Amino acid sequence: MSLFDFFFPKRPATASIAKERLQIVLAHERAGRDSPDFLPRLQRELLAVVTKYVAVHEDMIRVNLGKAGSASVLEINIEMPAGAGSKAKAKAVPA
Amino acid sequence: MAKVIVVTSGKGGVGKTTTSAAFAAGLALRGHKTVVIDFDVGLRNLDLVMGCERRVVFDFINVINGDANLNQALIRDKRIDNLYIFPTSQTRDKEALKRDGVDRVMAELKKDFDYIICDSPAGIEHGALTALYHADAAVIVTNPEVSSVRDSDRIIGILASKSRRAEKREKPVEEHLLLTRYSPDRVQKGEMLSVEDVKEILSVPLLGIIPESETVLKASNTGMPVILDPGSPAGRAYEDAVARFVGEQREMRFQLPERRGFLRGWFGRAAS
Ligand SMILES: Nc1ncnc2c1ncn2[C@@H]1O[C@H](COP(=O)(O)OP(=O)(O)OP(=O)(O)O)[C@@H](O)[C@H]1O
Ligand SMILES: [Mg+2]
Repeated sequence: MSLFDFFFPKRPATASIAKERLQIVLAHERAGRDSPDFLPRLQRELLAVVTKYVAVHEDMIRVNLGKAGSASVLEINIEMPAGAGSKAKAKAVPA
Repeated sequence: MAKVIVVTSGKGGVGKTTTSAAFAAGLALRGHKTVVIDFDVGLRNLDLVMGCERRVVFDFINVINGDANLNQALIRDKRIDNLYIFPTSQTRDKEALKRDGVDRVMAELKKDFDYIICDSPAGIEHGALTALYHADAAVIVTNPEVSSVRDSDRIIGILASKSRRAEKREKPVEEHLLLTRYSPDRVQKGEMLSVEDVKEILSVPLLGIIPESETVLKASNTGMPVILDPGSPAGRAYEDAVARFVGEQREMRFQLPERRGFLRGWFGRAAS
């Protein structure tokens, strides 16, 4: 590192950091806005059931409502802790 | 057919009232009969920005409650023909904007005016929701700054779900992004989100860029909409935005720093 770089370090432009942060947080918030409001409850109840059998943590369960062609797909992702078998995945198509 | 325009943002202090005043004046100057309504109940400020604070006798809430009629409450601008100001009250009762009363007033105004501009309060509570409910078009005032962009995104979601047009499943509210308090110098230094950044994040068509300008404060000091100041960069930018709103083509100015002085001009050219 030259002496110049030491006194005048190149910082990343803060605007690009702002843009990146906004894109991430808004993607998240928009998804939450469009999803039906029972999803968080479903996620909590699933967690309660699953923890009876396996020691999973709150953020190891993900419930998402997506689209596959014309059908809505309710996707439930449960990540198992190491040793309890590999990743389990369940999919259900609502009527 | 009257067109209702809400000037909204979610975040406070980004320039909604400044924009409402400029748009109302700009549309009236073009010959459209225009009224600008202050929906910021409790924090009445539009009257000051429009310079008619001493002429307020009756207000929006009086008319909603049937204590006065529209003609008694509307204030006719002394400088511009076709321009009327509808001030709000300073009551602290946030529920004073009753749904059916507002519906009635809007229906009555629609019979008489070409444009009805609704200056929304900040936030996403009752006042802001009431201001956007009747909108046919929305001017989403955004500053190039993280919290303002996020709050604008929130308001865009609300326009799509809580407006009258959304409820009645009519054609969605027309959305226009207005980027205000923009500093091209800081954008060039990488310190401020650029127009392109904000457009990409919000994906709403851009109506205009209003530069940060000292003239805005000067105009509000004297109670004059900044669009009436021909020497003001912000005023010219608002003029462009109003022209685009009514369908004219205007070049997007104020995106790049102005080249001041010999050295800056020379370096600017050498670099490009
Ligand atoms: N382009 C600009 N350049 C410089 N100052 C500006 C600009 N636009 C607005 N301002 C200043 O920002 C402040 C807030 O503006 P304004 O009252 O229009 O915002 P607002 O969104 O209506 O606020 P509130 O949410 O409180 O209703 C004012 O002091 C105004 O003079
Ligand atoms: Mg305001």
